[in-house]
Amino acid sequence: MRQRAVVIGAGIVGSAAARSLAKAGLDVVVVDRSAPASGTTAHGEGNLLVSDKAPGPELVMALAAAAAWPGLVRELEDELGEEFPPLEFEAKGGLVVATTEQGAGPLLAFASRQRAAGVDAREITVEDALRLEPDLNPAITAAVHYPQDSQVQPVAVSEALLASARRHGATVMATTGIVGPILGGSGELVGVRTDRGELRADAVVVAAGPWSGEVARTLGVSVPVRPRRGMVLVTSRMPRRIFHKVYDADYVGAVGSDDASLQTSSVVEATESGNVLIGSSRQQLGFDDRLRVDTISAIATKALRLFPFLSEQPVIRTYGGFRPYMPDHLPLVGPDHRLAGLWHATGHEGAGIGLAPVTGDLLAAMITGTEPLFDPAPYAPSRPSLAPYLEAVA
Amino acid sequence: MGARAVPAGEDPIRPDAAGTVTIRVDGLEVSGIDGQSIAGVLMASDRLELRRTARGDRPRGVFCGIGVCFDCIVEVNGVHDVRACQRRAHDGDTVITTGDGARRSGAVS
Amino acid sequence: MRQVVIVGAGPAGLAAARAARGAGADVVLLDSSDALGGQFWRHLPESRPSQHEKRLHHGWDRFRELRDSLEADPRVRIVRGGQVWAIETFAGVAVHVVVGESDGALRDREVFAPDALVLATGAHDRTLPFPGWDLPGVFTGGAAQALAKGERIAVGQRVIVAGAGPFLLPVAQSLASTGSTVLAVLEANSAGSIIRGWSRRPWELIPASGKGMELVGYAAGQLRHRIPYRTGRAVVAAHGTDRVESVTVAALNADWSPIPGSEQRVEVDAVCVSHGFTPRLELAVAAGCDLSGEGFVVVDDDQLTSTPGVYAAGEITGIGGVDLAIAEGEIAGRHAGGALGGAASARRRRRVFTGFAKRIEAAHGIKPGWTGWLTEPTIVCRCEEVTCGAIRQAARTTRSESLRSLKLTTRAGLGICQGRMCGRTVEDLLGAASTEGSLQDDASPHRRPIAFPLRLGELADPTRQLEHETSKGTQ
Repeated sequence: MRQRAVVIGAGIVGSAAARSLAKAGLDVVVVDRSAPASGTTAHGEGNLLVSDKAPGPELVMALAAAAAWPGLVRELEDELGEEFPPLEFEAKGGLVVATTEQGAGPLLAFASRQRAAGVDAREITVEDALRLEPDLNPAITAAVHYPQDSQVQPVAVSEALLASARRHGATVMATTGIVGPILGGSGELVGVRTDRGELRADAVVVAAGPWSGEVARTLGVSVPVRPRRGMVLVTSRMPRRIFHKVYDADYVGAVGSDDASLQTSSVVEATESGNVLIGSSRQQLGFDDRLRVDTISAIATKALRLFPFLSEQPVIRTYGGFRPYMPDHLPLVGPDHRLAGLWHATGHEGAGIGLAPVTGDLLAAMITGTEPLFDPAPYAPSRPSLAPYLEAVA
Repeated sequence: MGARAVPAGEDPIRPDAAGTVTIRVDGLEVSGIDGQSIAGVLMASDRLELRRTARGDRPRGVFCGIGVCFDCIVEVNGVHDVRACQRRAHDGDTVITTGDGARRSGAVS
Repeated sequence: MRQVVIVGAGPAGLAAARAARGAGADVVLLDSSDALGGQFWRHLPESRPSQHEKRLHHGWDRFRELRDSLEADPRVRIVRGGQVWAIETFAGVAVHVVVGESDGALRDREVFAPDALVLATGAHDRTLPFPGWDLPGVFTGGAAQALAKGERIAVGQRVIVAGAGPFLLPVAQSLASTGSTVLAVLEANSAGSIIRGWSRRPWELIPASGKGMELVGYAAGQLRHRIPYRTGRAVVAAHGTDRVESVTVAALNADWSPIPGSEQRVEVDAVCVSHGFTPRLELAVAAGCDLSGEGFVVVDDDQLTSTPGVYAAGEITGIGGVDLAIAEGEIAGRHAGGALGGAASARRRRRVFTGFAKRIEAAHGIKPGWTGWLTEPTIVCRCEEVTCGAIRQAARTTRSESLRSLKLTTRAGLGICQGRMCGRTVEDLLGAASTEGSLQDDASPHRRPIAFPLRLGELADPTRQLEHETSKGTQ
C-alpha cells in the first residue's frame, strides 16, 4: 500500500511539502483550519534572500533555494498554464547599504564572510550603488550588491505549489481543525483526529508556521516556535524608480536578534504593479495584531532615510504577519525524536517563502529514505541548540 | 450637452455672486467659481475625463463624488494622488490630469 | 474635564456633539471636509451663500441651528479637514488625525485620547459593477447629489437614475433642481416586492410620518418634474468611447437577472447609479467594535459598541436615514458625555425609525441575479482594473475559496481606494461561487488599519527619528 502523509497547514511550507511528498509517490492529505495561503504566507513580502543570512546552516538552505527557484518557477508555470495567476518571480537582486560611518565596517566584514561561504556578494562603490539606484540617498557610506536575491508573489506561488500537489494526487481539506493524535500500540503517531473525522497516516507533518506550537501541543509534544510580528507598508502606485531590494544594513542585525522589543530596518522595493513595499519591523507581542502607530512611523522614518523622494507618496495599506520564530534562529525540519511518525517543517521566521521549496524536498527525501540535497542534521528537532528550549517548554 | 454649472439666471436657489478662481489644467487656463472643487471647475465646462488608467488606458472621471473611490485623482502643484472632487480650487493651482500614479511617466506598459 | 471626540459631522455626529455638550463634556468634532453637515447636508461654500438653499434640503433649519450652536460654543473644538487615519486600542483609544487641506502633503498630525469616542462615519453608495460603469459620465447617486448641492453642477442634461432604494428619489430631485432632464428613475426591484417590503406592518409606519413626509415630498417632486418611476428595470451596460453616450436598460426578473430580449438602448449623457449603501466601518473595525451578521456595528441601548468608551451612531449601525441618525446621535452623545439614562424622546424616535431600515432592506435589497449582467471583461476592481473574468479565472485555476488569497492573486481590492468600491462585490461574487456558499477565511472587507491614505513623510515622525537614532547608539 502507498505511504500516506497528512500535512497540517496549507501555507507555502505545507503546500511545498505536500507537492514534494506527492511527487515522491505518497498519498497526501493537506489540512488547514482556515483557507490555504491565508496566514503568514499572505502577510509577507515574498523575499527570496541570501543577503541577510550569515554563514551557517540557514545559508546552506538559502543557497540551495536560490539555485532551485528559477527552475521551479518555470516548472510550475509549464504545469499550470497561462490562466494561472502570475507568480511574479523577479531576480531583481538586493542592494544592502550602510547609512552611517560606523555601519560601513560591519557590513563589509559580513559580506566578506558570506563570500567565503559561496554568496555572490559584491562590494561596490557609492557611485556604483547610485548607478544601480539613482534615487538612493547619496549619503550612504558603503554598499554591497547581491545578485542572487529575488522575489515572488508569495500567495500565487503558494497556491501554485498546492495546485501542483493536487495534480500529483494530493487532496486538500480546508476549514478543518486538528483535535488530537491517533496513537499506535507502541505510542507512535499513526494519524490525527480532526473536527471532520479521523485521518490515518504514516507521516504527520506539522507545517503550521507560528501556530505550529499549538498544533504540536494538540498532538502531545512541545515545540518552542513563537510568533514574531513584522509590519509592511504599501504605497500607492508610482512610476518605477526603485529597481532592487534595497536595505539598510541594520536588517542583518535584526534578523538574528533575541530582543523582543521593536526593531526596524528599511527594506524598500518596488513591485511589478507599481506599488512600493516598505518593511519591516520585528516585534514579539504574541498574536496581538493591533495596529501600532509608533511601529509604522519608525518604518516610514527609516525608509525616507534611504529614499527621500518617497516623502510625498501615499501609504495606502499596512499589513502585519506573524513569522515563526525559533529561539536558536534555525528552521525546524525533520522527524520528532520524541514521537515517532511526527515530522516538523516550520520555524523559518521571515525566510519561509524563499526556503519553502527546499524544505519540502528535504522533508520528502527524509520521509521516503532517499538522499537529501544537503545534510538535514542542523535543522533536526533533536539538535543540541534546541534542547534547552524543548525542556523549558515541556 | 453634458455636465455644466447651473446658469445663475436659471438657478431656483439663486446663490449670491461669488468671485472667480483661475487654475491651469494641463497647461490651459480654466476659470471657475470661488469655493468649487477642482473637479467642479472642470465639470462646469463639461470636461469629464480626469485621467487615463495605467493598465487599460481607459478614461476616468468623477465617480463617487464624495472622496471614496479615488477615480478622480490628479496632480496638484506637483503633488500627485489628490482627489479632484475633494480639493477646493485655489487661484493659480497647477493641475495635471494625464494619468494615475503608475502612468505618470509611462512606467507601466 | 471629560472629553468626547466625535468622528463625522453629518446628522448623527452633529446631534452627538450637541448632546455630549448637554451632558457637560468638552467636545472635539472631527470631519475630513472643511464644512459641516456631512453628505446629507452637503451645501454651498461660505464664499457663495444662498438665501434659498433650504429648498435643496430636508431638515435644513435643523442643520443651521445645530451648526450655529456648535460653532458658537467655546467648549466645542471643530477640526475641519481632520482626516482620521488610524485608531489604536491600547489603554483606551487613541485617534490619529492628519489636519489640513484634503490630500495635502504636509498636514499636521494630531492624536486624541478622549474619555469617549463617538463614531458617526456614515455610509457611501454601493454601486454594483456593469459593463462600462467605469466610463466618465457614470456617477454614483451620491456624486450627482454632492455636485448639485455643493457646487450647483449638473452632471448631465439627459440623465437616467438607476439602482435600488428610496435614495434614488432625492437624487432625481437634486438633478431636476440643476435643470437636468431625468429620463427615468429605474428601480431594480419589482413593484410587488417593494410594496410587500414596505407595508408588511403598515401600522408601524404611522408614528414615522416625518419620514413618510420626506419620501412623499420626494415623490411629489418627481411628479412635479414629470419623472417616470419604473420598477423591475436596471441599467445593465453603459456605452461610449471617452464618456458615456448611451446605456442599455433591461427588464429584470425578481432575482434581478436580466430578461433576455428586453434590452433597450437609450441615449444619455450621464447615468447615476446606486444600489444601496455601504457603511463606512474601517474606524469601527480598527476600534475593535463587533459587527453584526448583516455587517453593521453592534450597539446596546445607549449606542455603546462592544469596545468600552466607543459609541456608534447613524448609518454605521444600520441604514436608516437622517431622523434615525439624529436620534442615535443624541443618545450616543449623551452617554459619551457622561450622562446616565434619559434621552427618552430620542429613544422613542429611534424605535420608530429603526423599522424603516428593515423595510428599506426588505423592499429594496440587492438580489443575487445581478451577476447576470456581468461579462468577462467587465471591470470589478476599478483601481487595479481587475475584470470579472480574471477573478473567476483565478478562483477556478487556484480552486481557492479564500478572500484574502484571491485578492492577493488578482489584486482586486488592493488599489488606492483600499477596496471600498469593490470589496463587498468581490466577496459576494466569490462567496456565491464557492462550494459551501461562503468563503473559508475571516478576511474582512472593512479591515483597513491605515483607514485613509497619508503621505509617507506625514507618517514618518521627526521626533521619533531622533529618539530612534539615540537609542541605536546605545545598543
